[in-house]
Amino acid sequence: MTKRDWQSLTLSAVLLAVAACLPLTGDAYMLSIGITIAMYAVLATSWALFSGPTHYISLATAAFFGLGTYTTAIGIENGMNYWLTLPIAAILGAVLAALVGFATLRLSGVYFVIFTLGLAELVRQVVTWGQNVSGQKGLYVLTDITEVHIYWQLVALAGIVYLTGWAIGRSRLGFALRIIGDDEEVARHSGINTSRAKILLFMVSGATAAVVGSMLAPRYIYIEPALAFSPMLSFLVVIMALLGGTGRLWGPLVGVIPFTLLFETISASFPNQTTLLLGLSFLVIVYLLPRGFVGLIESGKRRLRDREAFA
Amino acid sequence: MDILITGLLLGGTYALIAMGLNLQYGMARIMNLANGEFLVAGGFAAFWFYTAGQVSPLLTIFIVAPLAFAVNWLIYVVMLRPLVRRAKSQGQLEVDAILTTFGLAFVSVGIMLALFGGDYFSYSYLARPITLIGDTYALNRVTAALAAVIICGGLWLWLNRTRAGMSIRAIAVDPKSARLVGIDVPRLSALAFALGGAVTAVGGALISTFLTLDASTGVMFTLKALVIVIMGGVGDVRGTIVAALLLGILETVVATLIDPGLTLAAAYLLFVLILLFRPQGLFGRRTS
Repeated sequence: MTKRDWQSLTLSAVLLAVAACLPLTGDAYMLSIGITIAMYAVLATSWALFSGPTHYISLATAAFFGLGTYTTAIGIENGMNYWLTLPIAAILGAVLAALVGFATLRLSGVYFVIFTLGLAELVRQVVTWGQNVSGQKGLYVLTDITEVHIYWQLVALAGIVYLTGWAIGRSRLGFALRIIGDDEEVARHSGINTSRAKILLFMVSGATAAVVGSMLAPRYIYIEPALAFSPMLSFLVVIMALLGGTGRLWGPLVGVIPFTLLFETISASFPNQTTLLLGLSFLVIVYLLPRGFVGLIESGKRRLRDREAFA
Repeated sequence: MDILITGLLLGGTYALIAMGLNLQYGMARIMNLANGEFLVAGGFAAFWFYTAGQVSPLLTIFIVAPLAFAVNWLIYVVMLRPLVRRAKSQGQLEVDAILTTFGLAFVSVGIMLALFGGDYFSYSYLARPITLIGDTYALNRVTAALAAVIICGGLWLWLNRTRAGMSIRAIAVDPKSARLVGIDVPRLSALAFALGGAVTAVGGALISTFLTLDASTGVMFTLKALVIVIMGGVGDVRGTIVAALLLGILETVVATLIDPGLTLAAAYLLFVLILLFRPQGLFGRRTS
């Protein structure tokens, strides 16, 4: 490890520690926004781990999230310890991701997008049907976990995700994925098992989203399919990650913070215009910010450096 | 028997919608995820004309089609052509097109929500029973399926018998070589995209006679159309029709025998089987 690596690791650790101090302010509203931001930060970063290098747009976040939420809810109802449900959710998320990946990731990217687009709806329909058959409507998640605990869990998970992302970026797997993203044909010809690499990383991403779903289950208290598998979640995660930029590990975070605040404001004052906002954000990303805020920052930096070189 | 015919009738209308998407994705090479929103917009137009002026949906389609054609042509020329020019590879164009049409889909849902509100809308048109081979069916479903058959037939003739149609099929096979034989690829791609939008909107007007729609149902139809197009083989008209009929039957079977809430799950089951065993489509040949 170089000196720079140590520097960025220390900096990230300090920032995470600062973020963990948020509940000390004692402001309930701040805490609630903090949970939302931390949740989207984890989801968007783990989304970008897979979709950033490969350019495969996954819209399945809501499916994994809902899977996690339901795992915890069902587990707790059957007397399981909350902490035990988190690893189970992770395993289930990874298994679902592996199945989806096996069916679609061997083919071109379009199939993957389409499949993930409907996945949350598919799982939702099956869960709803299961509840109709068993005659049960929703589930109560009653635990003694408070908002502060949820927040700390999410910050810790964010730390794990950043560390994982950093490790993957330095590993052979990360290198393989970057080659796949540049040119899949070349990757295949240079002996990379492209499907395996893609499926593995998609499993990491899916497992993380499932764990986030589990962690948030106690916050909802009452869980029903429409809430747990809300398709809006998948789109928000995609927008935030792309808005920030997927070229850097910290990129999605740069998108998450402003967009969460914007989205909260819009949905509080104009609840009917949120879809319009999502649509416009997609268009802004494609036409104005194809590389996200990260791209903007980096080209700004480059321009600054060039000017200094001339002076 | 009852299920089979209901399924075929539903499948006929699905064929029309999927044809629209196939023109856009197979021929113009733009994965249009806002397809379902145009369907809903077509349905809204039919609803509005029928409730406000008692205009039959079968006449409304003659207003809806040119309008949808013009709007889609504009979308292609203004928004998508710059992306086609900018794209360094087919993969990048796909990602850009997906994000853009998603944006368009959400914007149109937002606009429709603002204009019409989030309510379901439906009207009663030709809701009379009709007897076919001993069983009774709703006349509006039969009419919609018949209209779909006529339009699909017309499209098939156009694609196979006219110069423009054949050029478009040539683009579907290979856009680079199509240019070499003197086909105006940018103009005809815009034409195919616009035509696809028009066909979908007409399908929406027909579907609204027997299904209840609301501003946000578009994505469900987009998904079904995508499943049909992939199952039938991208750019393959015959495959699209067969796949649409299959999906129509399967959905009706699942809805009548198991649970009406599982129709998408049924479509997905079919989709997974196709992806696992015949990713090139029902009639497609393996390319690599």
